Amino acid sequence: MSPLKISWKSLWSKPLSSALNIMLIAFGTGILTILLLASTQISEKLDNNSKDIDLVVGAKGSPLQLILSSIYYIDFPTGNIPLKEAMELARSPFVKRAVPLALGDNYNGTRIVGTDSNFVSLYQLKTAQGKFWQKDFEAAIGATVAKNQNLKIGDTFYGAHGLSSSSDVHKSHPYVVSGIMTPQGNVTDNLILTNVASVWKMHDEHEDHDHDAKEAHEHEAHDHKAHEAHDHEADDHSNDESRELTSLLIQYRSPMSVAMFPRLVNETTNMQAASPAQESTRLFSLIGVGVDTLQWFAILIMFIAAISVFVNLYNSLKERNYDLAIMRTLGASRTKLFLIVIAEGIMLTLAGTIIGILLGHLVLEFIGSNQESSQAQLSGFVLLYNEIYLFVAGLGIGIFAAIIPAIQAYKSNISKILAKN
Amino acid sequence: MISLKSVSHEYPGGHRIAFKDWQINHGDQWLLLGESGSGKTTLLHVLTGILKPSAGEVRINETSIYGLSSKALDQFRGRNIGIIFQRPHLIKSLSITDNLVLAQSFAGLPTDLDRVNEVLTSLGIANKKKAYPNELSQGQLQRVSIARAVINKPELLIADEPTSSLDDKNAAAVLELLLQQSGINQATLVVATHDKRVKDAFTNTYELA
Repeated sequence: MSPLKISWKSLWSKPLSSALNIMLIAFGTGILTILLLASTQISEKLDNNSKDIDLVVGAKGSPLQLILSSIYYIDFPTGNIPLKEAMELARSPFVKRAVPLALGDNYNGTRIVGTDSNFVSLYQLKTAQGKFWQKDFEAAIGATVAKNQNLKIGDTFYGAHGLSSSSDVHKSHPYVVSGIMTPQGNVTDNLILTNVASVWKMHDEHEDHDHDAKEAHEHEAHDHKAHEAHDHEADDHSNDESRELTSLLIQYRSPMSVAMFPRLVNETTNMQAASPAQESTRLFSLIGVGVDTLQWFAILIMFIAAISVFVNLYNSLKERNYDLAIMRTLGASRTKLFLIVIAEGIMLTLAGTIIGILLGHLVLEFIGSNQESSQAQLSGFVLLYNEIYLFVAGLGIGIFAAIIPAIQAYKSNISKILAKN
Repeated sequence: MISLKSVSHEYPGGHRIAFKDWQINHGDQWLLLGESGSGKTTLLHVLTGILKPSAGEVRINETSIYGLSSKALDQFRGRNIGIIFQRPHLIKSLSITDNLVLAQSFAGLPTDLDRVNEVLTSLGIANKKKAYPNELSQGQLQRVSIARAVINKPELLIADEPTSSLDDKNAAAVLELLLQQSGINQATLVVATHDKRVKDAFTNTYELA
């Protein structure tokens, strides 16, 4: 009979206190697992979505808001910028690539993004079926959109004004799905892409029907109003003077640009430049406070669990002193007793750790599946290499909690214990 | 053959106790008589390799047991010495069978369930082999502890006050079991007691002053 089996049986002989210890450790490990998975996935998503974008130029306002709306498609845009000024910046020698974005509409909560082929090359998008848009009101949709909204090539849908509500539908022009993109594992999976002109035209028409345009596009709409009469049939570029964009995604030509270009934008134009890297770091440091707090909380629970395992083993050792002495008289060596006690501690904490890790994954999957925003959806069915550290920590706690009782078992004077009877 | 040669032990307080030399031949049945405090437990522990005496030598079958390493001594004890304590201390988390298998495995011997059955049957408790210690009566537990002591066919079977907490009838029964088991397993028997009731069953007596 191996020491492991003896430890195992001994744990089963006191199921309540074993269960309590396992629960404490599972709880602590579970929280740590969730934190680890969630923060890794969030920072991965942040990095993945902004990896090739050096700068975002948009209307003045909160730089974080600009980043959130133009890169992560979460918040509302800060406002609009004149197309003319934007194009001037795009032609700047500091800029390798400039991607225009025209936001403002959605389809069932999925954002419709007016942009051009630069967006496709920036995110290295490919179509799985069909083609990217060729004409106005053609749209290429992300893989997740196709799945969730059940859209196929050739299907038509109506965009609605705003970023999430579907109350104010643009009935005049339906979009036609011209292509479905391959899954990218980033925010583009959840977008509907079309050309900028489609978004403009949608709102030209929109203006005729609805004079109470709302939200971010209010002033854009008013600007267009004046030109409506004579520009109605105009080509996209004939009225550049009055056209507006939401923002411009910039890729630098050289590292030199980092120092020069943001200042150029902020000082010489009425627009602002925001760096995704900086703002993501700032955003993450805001989330980080909460993560840190939870982390300390989880570590505290683990610590309490370690003490509880220690007390459990220590107390049971007092009761089992005689048992262990008897084992010695039956021929068990000191080392064997040491192993029996250590194995008990490790089994407790390892069981707790495994249950905790499983629980953490399940809970995160549950949270993820109940999430409203599909942009930052979390998944519990992801195994991280770092989880091995949780495992090691569990093992460490087991050894830490069991080492003193185990040494006592090793050193115990059986003659004294037996004589005391 | 077991021999005790010029053994003396000094307690931590400085009190010293010396034991007469003792020679036990194979198959003998001895009574170790002594009042409480006379060093009876100490002598038993010395004899079973649990307590190394301050001086002197204990030989069991030509092995000087305190010349062995701690680990080797533990295993030697497991194989060659069966001990029956005043109260039957079984491992509560293990079934009766597992308690006996435990004794086999600690002694470094392979698991032998036939032997377990044989011993339990000879002690009349074969029907309890799947039970746990807390399901057995005191008398049944005493039998299991005898079974555990003889499971590995030890050279020496030692019982420490096996009858002191029992009434006359049960004391006689336990004594009979001990004598019978030492006979079946061809083990040398030493019963340590201050219980005068068992005196008549033995011809050999080692008396502590």
